[in-house]
Amino acid sequence: MTVFSKRFDTHLRLAAGAIVVLLGAGGAIAAYLLHPRQLDTGYTPVQPVPYSHKLHAGNLGMDCLYCHTTVAQSNYAAVPMTEICMNCHVRVKEKSPKLQPVRDSYASGKPIQWVKVHRLPDYVYFNHQAHVTAGVSCVSCHGRVDQMVEVRQVQPLSMAWCLDCHRNPAPHVRPPELVTKLDWQPEGDPAVLGAKLIREKGIHPPDNCSACHR
Amino acid sequence: MADLALDPRMELNPPLVTGGMTYSDVTDKVSSIVEGKAPKQWWIAMAVAVPLAGLLFACLGYLVATGIGVWGNNSPVGWGWDITNFVWWIGIGHAGTLISAILFLFRQKWRTSINRAAEAMTLFAVACAAIYPLFHTGRPWRAAYWLFPLPNEFLHMWQNFRSPLMWDVFAVSTYGTVSALFWFVGLIPDLATLRDRATTPIRKTIYGLLSLGWRGSASQWRHYELAYLLLAGLSTPLVLSVHSIVSFDFATSLLPGWHTTIFPPYFVAGAVFSGFAMVVTLMTLARWIYGLDNLITMKHLENMCKVMLATGMIVGFAYGTEFFIAWYSANQYERFIFLNRAFGPYWWAYWSMIACNVIAPQFFWFRKFRTSIPAMFILSIFINIGMWFERFVIIATSLHRDFLPSSWGYFTPTWVDIGTYLGTFGLFLTLFLLFLRFLPAIAISEVKGVLHQQVSAPHGVPAHGGSH
Amino acid sequence: MNELIQLNLSSLTGRKYWRSLNQLADTPEFRQWVEREFPEGASELLDSGSRRTLLKLMAAGFGLAGLTACRRPVEKILPLSKGVEGYVHGRPLHYATALETCGIAAGLIVECNDGRPTKVEGNPRHPFSLGATNAFQQATILDLYDPDRARQVQKQGVKSSWAEFESWWREQSAKLGDGAGLRILSTRSSSPSLEALKAEIAKKFPQSAWIEYEPVSFERAIEGARLAFGQPLVAHYRLEQADVIVSLDCDFLGLDTLSAQPVKQFAARRKPEDGRELNRLYSVEANFTITGAMADHRLRARSSDIAAIAMALARELNVSGAELKVLGQGGDRQQKFLSAVAKDLLAHRGKSLVVAGPRQPAEVHALAALINQALGNTGQTVVYTRPPFAVSETLASVKKLADDLNAGRVSTLVVLGGNPVFTLPAEADWNALFRKAAVAALTFDENETWKAATWQLPEAHPFETWGDVRALDGTASILQPQIQPLYGGRSALEIAALIAGREQRRGHDIVRSYWAAQWGAQAEQKWKQALYEGVIENTRFPLVDVKADAPRVLAAVQNALKPAPAGIETVFYASWHTLDGRFANNAWLHETPDPMTKLVWDNAALLSPATAKKLGVKDGDVLEIASGGKQIRCPALVLPGHADDSISLQLGFGRSACGRVGRGVGHRVEGLRTAANFWFGPAEARKTGATYKLVTTQEHHTLIEPITGLKRHNIVEEFSVEEYRHRAEHGKHEPHPATDLFPEFDYSKGYQWGMAIDLSACIGCNACMVACTAENNIPVVGKEQVAKGREMHWIRLDRYFSGDEEDPQAVVQPMACVQCEKAPCESVCPVAATAHSPEGINEMAYNRCVGTRYCLNNCPYKVRRFNFLNWNKDIPEIRKMVFNPDVTVRMRGVMEKCNYCVQRIEEKRSQAKAEGRRPIRDGEIVTACQQACPADAIVFGNINDPESRVSKLKQQARDYSVLEELNTKPRTTYLARVRNPNPELV
Repeated sequence: MTVFSKRFDTHLRLAAGAIVVLLGAGGAIAAYLLHPRQLDTGYTPVQPVPYSHKLHAGNLGMDCLYCHTTVAQSNYAAVPMTEICMNCHVRVKEKSPKLQPVRDSYASGKPIQWVKVHRLPDYVYFNHQAHVTAGVSCVSCHGRVDQMVEVRQVQPLSMAWCLDCHRNPAPHVRPPELVTKLDWQPEGDPAVLGAKLIREKGIHPPDNCSACHR
Repeated sequence: MADLALDPRMELNPPLVTGGMTYSDVTDKVSSIVEGKAPKQWWIAMAVAVPLAGLLFACLGYLVATGIGVWGNNSPVGWGWDITNFVWWIGIGHAGTLISAILFLFRQKWRTSINRAAEAMTLFAVACAAIYPLFHTGRPWRAAYWLFPLPNEFLHMWQNFRSPLMWDVFAVSTYGTVSALFWFVGLIPDLATLRDRATTPIRKTIYGLLSLGWRGSASQWRHYELAYLLLAGLSTPLVLSVHSIVSFDFATSLLPGWHTTIFPPYFVAGAVFSGFAMVVTLMTLARWIYGLDNLITMKHLENMCKVMLATGMIVGFAYGTEFFIAWYSANQYERFIFLNRAFGPYWWAYWSMIACNVIAPQFFWFRKFRTSIPAMFILSIFINIGMWFERFVIIATSLHRDFLPSSWGYFTPTWVDIGTYLGTFGLFLTLFLLFLRFLPAIAISEVKGVLHQQVSAPHGVPAHGGSH
Repeated sequence: MNELIQLNLSSLTGRKYWRSLNQLADTPEFRQWVEREFPEGASELLDSGSRRTLLKLMAAGFGLAGLTACRRPVEKILPLSKGVEGYVHGRPLHYATALETCGIAAGLIVECNDGRPTKVEGNPRHPFSLGATNAFQQATILDLYDPDRARQVQKQGVKSSWAEFESWWREQSAKLGDGAGLRILSTRSSSPSLEALKAEIAKKFPQSAWIEYEPVSFERAIEGARLAFGQPLVAHYRLEQADVIVSLDCDFLGLDTLSAQPVKQFAARRKPEDGRELNRLYSVEANFTITGAMADHRLRARSSDIAAIAMALARELNVSGAELKVLGQGGDRQQKFLSAVAKDLLAHRGKSLVVAGPRQPAEVHALAALINQALGNTGQTVVYTRPPFAVSETLASVKKLADDLNAGRVSTLVVLGGNPVFTLPAEADWNALFRKAAVAALTFDENETWKAATWQLPEAHPFETWGDVRALDGTASILQPQIQPLYGGRSALEIAALIAGREQRRGHDIVRSYWAAQWGAQAEQKWKQALYEGVIENTRFPLVDVKADAPRVLAAVQNALKPAPAGIETVFYASWHTLDGRFANNAWLHETPDPMTKLVWDNAALLSPATAKKLGVKDGDVLEIASGGKQIRCPALVLPGHADDSISLQLGFGRSACGRVGRGVGHRVEGLRTAANFWFGPAEARKTGATYKLVTTQEHHTLIEPITGLKRHNIVEEFSVEEYRHRAEHGKHEPHPATDLFPEFDYSKGYQWGMAIDLSACIGCNACMVACTAENNIPVVGKEQVAKGREMHWIRLDRYFSGDEEDPQAVVQPMACVQCEKAPCESVCPVAATAHSPEGINEMAYNRCVGTRYCLNNCPYKVRRFNFLNWNKDIPEIRKMVFNPDVTVRMRGVMEKCNYCVQRIEEKRSQAKAEGRRPIRDGEIVTACQQACPADAIVFGNINDPESRVSKLKQQARDYSVLEELNTKPRTTYLARVRNPNPELV
């Protein structure tokens, strides 16, 4: 006398097997979805002022350094002070309602609350100065900002992603004076030029812990 | 049923099952435990075990919420009761695998009536042990995430495969998995028996699912035998490897008192020693609770006492060797650490260890003690205590007086340390009692195999599979 | 610079801890927070007008809006509205200023990150700091952000305002008339501007009196000079010129000078490689001070017997033809000691020095002056200038103040700084006396004086105000504020201006106008220069040429000095934890162990093993000590090497009115401190039977093992000069090569960082410990956790006694991670959270650490520290402003340790790269401990560069690795301690 028919038992065993397989697959899928490439890229927050990089950096061809003044001197690529905006906007578009927050900030001294797009964890010490002076272009990490109306994150900014470049920097190194030329392309393979620059300037990106974690 | 007493072989080879039990007697006896109502003793034991298990989870919760600071660990004593208990529990587990796998391969029939329980004990001991390495970081979620070498796209970096702790992760998880499989495979025919005897639909369904469609057909038996043999073969090396690797946690360090090559054999022997002590403790209890005197006979118990005597001697010898080497090495730090064990601030721990591990087993030279239930119960408890102290002595005394006198310290456990340790007993007992209650505590099919002293049949009697 | 705010998340100090502060301005929660943190003028802070101030205070707060988006928390970047000159976000700014302690200035340079002062360094241009700092100066930065500071003008505890106080004062001063009822009680100050204001006040209120009081001061030395030379003078020692130094109860390397100058000069003569002969230090003292620990020969003696010893020495040296009276018979040991010392001194005429301690009476200082004169040291190793402050018989004037108050002759008492109610001599009940007049007390924290005052006024921190101050030799410095007053406090200068009835009340105007008057024409340019350099040129006092009339002085001295009664004495010392109580709420200092006793979070009655036996007490037994009808209770702590029949008590503990950190910590001993026994005097002590838990970071374990009785070698190495010479001839002994399982890493390329620590120079003054705490955001764990062995200091000072227990020698060994090339910690970490950098630094990746603590167990130096609990959990927001933004704040369950200030290395590296990828120069990178060290005992650099200082030191014969036989190949090696014993005394 048995409870289950022979067939049922067979199915039971198959089912047991299937469950194991599904669990494995589920894990793999979750891991894929949680990867920064899926999770973080494309982040495009709404900014308090509808500032268009496409207009300023792209169409008007303003250099990144005009606003982000400290990239070459400091860890931080400072977000410009209101007065930098006002340099032009005292006479350009001085009535535009879109610029009201800017004018308010200038008048009151209160900061404009920009929303951070490219965010690294607190224990990561990224240094703009070191990268820019070595000839790593803005575009390598921030993408074609000059074509973005709203800035969005285009790279995963994961540790693995950082290390890829630190272990093979050649394709991303260019003459330092060209770092802000986002559309610049060397004739031929960028890696060749990069390798040459790396040799000449003795660039050796670190891949030990304290290079970024202190 | 011939009169066994007249069988001439009996003189050399006393019966493993006494009281002239028949196949159906065995089945009935074992199954009745599961099928009948739980005896009073069982409820009493549960009443003790469950609250203790609760205490464990309370302590762990507090630890995770607050940090390792709630334990007594400090600098220089970075490991205290946590790793002590870990090693101790892992050690306990060993007897199970030894009995079920090694004795099986050596055709030691007397194992049959205890191996099931012993395996269960292994499983539960490993579960208790695993708690400590996981929680002693204070942030188990991190430990769990980082310690397993998942190929990871986030960081492009691997674990440190030089670290003995890394080896531990593999050793212990493998050990746990294989023991679980071995145990479950062994259970299948008996689960089928229970399924077939079951009277209520729920029981039928549950045991039916668990027995994975066992029918006791010849082909099933053939596969079964093979699988069992293979698993036995797999677990055998694990008995040696697991505790050797656990001992590497200490042996590979440069700390005097840890930095020694004797550890692997010494730890394995100690593990078997404590493991058998624990089996005796539990078996005498089970015997008392369920009156299994005919199945767990004096022969079983006496054999185990002999094993304890032997391993106890090995352990004692290891202690001696350590001291000899410390002296012979002419290494100042080495010499100091061992003298400090015996005469330093932790002298009491050291001498309790000697008393329990070296002196206590000597009683087993005498048949009187080997065959007296109370005696072996008490002595086995002593040995368990002694083996705990061994691990504590190795860890705490080596750490609290290391190289620079400026950093010397002392370890005192907090109530959370104690609560966590007692708690693991609660967990262990709860699981074991549930096992006694709901699963066949004795391998029915195997015991049947030794009912008639057939030296030939390696295992069980197929014809009589779970089909009554 | 007060406008420096860039609100950018990644600029935030304290790293993730800022997350807890997740409110935007103008939300109710935020307003509550402001009310809580800044009761004074919260409303004012919240109106947009002074938003700047608020932003400055709250730099971090705004960065984070806690609104969690679906994928991640939204974080805000808040750039300035208008720029600030010279400010680059993310680059720290450094400003020169000065700090006044007991009327003496030390020149400092303060590092400010985004408007927050975060670190203090010494000003190399300043003659008394010479680029170094002491523990107190390092810890001052923490006081700045102390949430328990006085923060609200109050009248008898009722909330008031500066405006109300000023109007009250105007009425009051109108009533004062000629000022007969006016007394001003201030701490000692050498501020020229304040001096000018004093004069004005004296003119305005001719009958008023201004009393300066310091519980710890050098005034007896100045009195001594007056006795010897007929005018008040300050002795300046040129220790680097002295071959033989005799210290009569003077801890000149420690708490008796509070400046780096003497240490630098002394240590310069303890380095045998420099070619110059080692100096020899004889120390006569009761307590075992760090100066005593540096001494080549040390004589234990009660402080009351020092006078007799000074006389005996004078007699031995025969300073005047006349026979000198014998004050007391020392034992044979003392005789032997003194005759040897005398011989040594005479052998080094003009190149020797006798210094007397500030505890000793004027007569002893006079004697020392005479001895120096007789030895021809005056003008050579000791010179004199006029003191930077007016010296009056303080104790007498304090007594008069008490009488006046008692007799109701005082209508108005203005207290400017300090905590007189707590520190004034114990004869009078100052708490009661203060009720007899209208008292306006300007105090830094809500201390005993604040509680007793009518008007309670918050004092501004030295880093919040303008001011000026003189060094001991007169060199003047300008104090410039690093940040606007956090709690609206004001400086003594500003209150004095109010009293003087000046129109200009702002510190800046007062100081600037004073110096403008001095400078005349180029005031503007000189002002800028003074601010830039931190010292004002040509302000040093001229040396005074002096000649004492020996016989006359000796006669006077002989009449004054009386033989000391036998029996137990008590001696009062400044404390390494609180100085005189002013640092009582400073957790960094409480947690930094006393250099000799290693005691934390407490003071104790220190006594010798013999005396302890006599009194039948052991560590922690509470003593009742009585003298002059007064009694105190204090737990005993046995200190090997302490003089018998002497009990050392540290001031500044047992504060009843204090912040959360210091309230009730330790035992108040001021209750025993009468004008008669101001520094020391006879007392009775008896065991009470009560016990008290004292916590030390190190037991009295010596290098001699218990049980075996063997000495542990390869830890601390000491040579006599002879042994050193012998060793130097045979050259440095090279470690025998050892084989290794793991492949060798090639350390021959690039920078390879290493450190050398000179045990011969290290005086164990704790400066490095506190500097490291400040630089690396090291948490405070508190007494109970230290008792469990969970202190977090990355660098510690191991103190080992050697020799006879009653009269041992001591050596101090700074111990931080030695950065093993073959690090035992690295191979055992399962997750590779601690790994080696190609430049030889053993790194900790906090965010990778899971906390198995295996590395700690396997570290033979036990320098790794584990966050057993979340030490940063409950610290107030304002306190987080002290965090160094370049260092992660660690959470619980994480291991941490010294990493050679890797953040400083990386900073210089990127700087060098930016400047055309030039190589980093030797000495360009300075670790926090090295920068603070007044003895230059710590040298850091690139050991691949044979020309670097560190490589040169590592070539020295006395260079050795701790626990060399373990083959850990440490990057930090030690230079053995070299002693220079007198052959006659060994």
